[in-house]
Amino acid sequence: MQETQYLIVGASHAALSALQAIRMQDAEGSVTVVTRDDALPYSPTVLPYVVSGRSAPERVALKDGAWFEKNKVGFIRGAAVTAVDATAKRAKLSSGEEIAYGKLLLATGAAPLLPPIPGLKDVKFHVLRTLDDAVGLHAALPQTKQAVVLGAGLVGMHAAENLAKAGAQVTVVEMQPRVLAGYFDAEASAIIEAAFAAKGVKLMLGAKVSRCNTAGKTVRVTTDGGATLDADLLLVAAGVAPVTDYLAGSGVDIDRGILVDDSMRTSVDGIWAAGDVAQAKGFYDGAKTLNGILPEAVEQGKIAGMAMAGDPTVKPYPGGVPLNTYTFFGQQAVSVGSQNEGEVVRKEADAKRYLKIVMQGNCLTGIFGINVAFDPGVMWEIILRRIDLGSVREAFIADPQKTARGIMSRTWR
Amino acid sequence: MGAFNTISFLPEHCDGCNACMTACATAKTGAPDVINSRIQIVADGGSFELAMCRQCGDPKCVANCPAAALAKNDADGVIDWDGTKCVNCLLCTVGCAYGGIVHNVAAGHVVKCDTCGGDPICVKACDRGALKYLTTANIYNEVGDLEDLFVPGLAGCQGCNTELIMRHTMRRIGPDTVLATPPGCIPGMGSVGYNGLTGTKVPVFHPLLTNTASMLTGVKRHYKRQGREVNAVALAGDGGASDVGFQSLSGAAERGEQILFICVDNEGYMNTGMQRSSCTPFGAWTSTTPVGERGTGKTQDAKNMPLLMVMHNCEYVATASTAFMEDLYDKLDKAIAASKRGFAYLHIYSPCTTGWRFPSQENIEVARKAVEANFVMLWESNPRDGLQLTRGVEQPLSIAEYLKALGKYRHLSEEQVGHIQATVEKNVSFIKGLAEGRHPSMAQVMAGQA
Repeated sequence: MQETQYLIVGASHAALSALQAIRMQDAEGSVTVVTRDDALPYSPTVLPYVVSGRSAPERVALKDGAWFEKNKVGFIRGAAVTAVDATAKRAKLSSGEEIAYGKLLLATGAAPLLPPIPGLKDVKFHVLRTLDDAVGLHAALPQTKQAVVLGAGLVGMHAAENLAKAGAQVTVVEMQPRVLAGYFDAEASAIIEAAFAAKGVKLMLGAKVSRCNTAGKTVRVTTDGGATLDADLLLVAAGVAPVTDYLAGSGVDIDRGILVDDSMRTSVDGIWAAGDVAQAKGFYDGAKTLNGILPEAVEQGKIAGMAMAGDPTVKPYPGGVPLNTYTFFGQQAVSVGSQNEGEVVRKEADAKRYLKIVMQGNCLTGIFGINVAFDPGVMWEIILRRIDLGSVREAFIADPQKTARGIMSRTWR
Repeated sequence: MGAFNTISFLPEHCDGCNACMTACATAKTGAPDVINSRIQIVADGGSFELAMCRQCGDPKCVANCPAAALAKNDADGVIDWDGTKCVNCLLCTVGCAYGGIVHNVAAGHVVKCDTCGGDPICVKACDRGALKYLTTANIYNEVGDLEDLFVPGLAGCQGCNTELIMRHTMRRIGPDTVLATPPGCIPGMGSVGYNGLTGTKVPVFHPLLTNTASMLTGVKRHYKRQGREVNAVALAGDGGASDVGFQSLSGAAERGEQILFICVDNEGYMNTGMQRSSCTPFGAWTSTTPVGERGTGKTQDAKNMPLLMVMHNCEYVATASTAFMEDLYDKLDKAIAASKRGFAYLHIYSPCTTGWRFPSQENIEVARKAVEANFVMLWESNPRDGLQLTRGVEQPLSIAEYLKALGKYRHLSEEQVGHIQATVEKNVSFIKGLAEGRHPSMAQVMAGQA
């Protein structure tokens, strides 16, 4: 049986970030990475660009074989972990093989959530989470005349844009009354919605799909309002859920995701979790929440790796902050922080430009912009450090980018 | 992979002229619009701050890139951006906490500093001295590859600057060396060894305090007669150089012996219990200039030892500080070369955490403050070019700022601080006079009439 000091399950951002943190502290300890994808490590975030053709599938690998070799890391691809025996410290692979580990990181990410729509299981539909999904969607683009996208989150909106650019007539069906509700308020969403409408994408907001069925060569989607949409391509982008099925009987505590403490440790000794699969402390209220975004996966992976390798400089996880960037039809939307913590101290929106700043007392809690320049990384740090903006409050509200850069350069240059 | 060159920003020299931004924008876009500059100087109250790529060692922009479009270049340390892979998702801008990679409207994608391929135009455009392209790190890389000629585990005090000086200088001077270490901290911490084993990897001997330079003269001449080229090097303390060892040192310098004499100046006899030397500054507490009912520390000024050596018409004389290693290495190279032609003297200031009474982690900071306050000055001299300052002395740190960092000055009265201030000013004026070739003014300065 293969033995390894560190076993990492998953090979995307959280896993790679942990791997680098481990190697920073422990140059020699044996490390093995196992991933269910039969591919070099890639990011789910790049997949919309594989769909559009902007990224060639063979050029999206985050690391290659030479990198694993140089870092003395064993890389096993195309093998899912099917069970974990935490007492014997063994992981079972889909190949039937077992690996004995000293320390285990679970970075298995998330998988598409399929809404309980009658008939969905019986029709042909696409999801977008793996490289294979993306390659399949890309191949389907030229033949697509009528597309229906279920869900107006980031995946759905990216796909809708790509389908529209490829010449398809696209309809997005979303239960929420607006697009990207997790990151933007009604006014900001309206700018995004207008851009899609201008490109001929039909948005059915506040609408629910009541059934799906096959009608000849197309899929017929019926909404609860009675509308019917015929699609030669149906994409289900109704969110994702952590992949935890292999942990049954392992003793690892799971709520919506794997519950972790401030060093990404699970309830079981010797097992850590990070990234989209983990349910970690939120920054604002401390409640454990899913925050499945790339920058948090990088942060959590780093903390987990440092903790696993016994790096003395590891700092406790400050808590997840919702943040994202979204580009659509050449426009830029950035969302850093919470819409709901504190009071709105500045808000302006017109057809092309949007800026909202939320503060609690003299601390920044959120900043949101469309086609407005500010540095999201600097803002994130200002939120995490709870920097008192009292002495520069007016200047910050008037010119957040410049004022924040001054604070950054003085405070953590 | 080691350390790399970096663009360093000295905000105290920046006046917001924007020349760097104009130069960068022009170089990168063909037009001087500063919004397109990869370096951004930000007015912040009365001062200026910087937003630009730090070329991080553990770059979060790279970790945040889903498209493998960003990578740290192992050869030059620059974070390279690959436009053929970038998908414009902007997640790198979330990872960067320095405003170093930003979406540029004109370009239609993110842009960042690429250090102009190792020759940054912003640095060339800055005539205020606020931007520097530092090569210091390369010196450490280079020296790191050289052999450490002292054994591990020397018994120096925690945070000892002298150990740093010994190891760095000997790495550079190299193994073809005979080393003399007269009584002091340097042999005391084990370089001459114990029980018949030496603490160095080169031949080393332990002369008396009085005869270091004359014994070294004999050794060097012996090797010369045998036709062997070796470096004859002394690593001596300030006591061994400026007090009891001065006679033989002065003689060897006057005769132009081909020796490199390095004085490690920690302002006293620190190895034997912190007694005063002629290099101990005015007002300093030592065990022989105690502070009490009547005692107020040393009542005489320090002798300017390196200047005395200039008056010997040596082939090369220089002062240096471990807070300015680039400068120290430059002078060390010149001193080694000069010692093949004649007498070379290098005076290195070495704050002593034990004897000066400051926390052991502050050593380099103290060394830096001493130079920044002009308490000690960095210069070099040879008979052809005269004396040259190697670091500007304008806009010094206040002397009080330096003195308060050290326990040995804790007792100083206002009057004593005033005396030290005046001595420093006199010294600055005198050395500047030499550097500017105002020799006739020297006598006046020395007579206190300037």
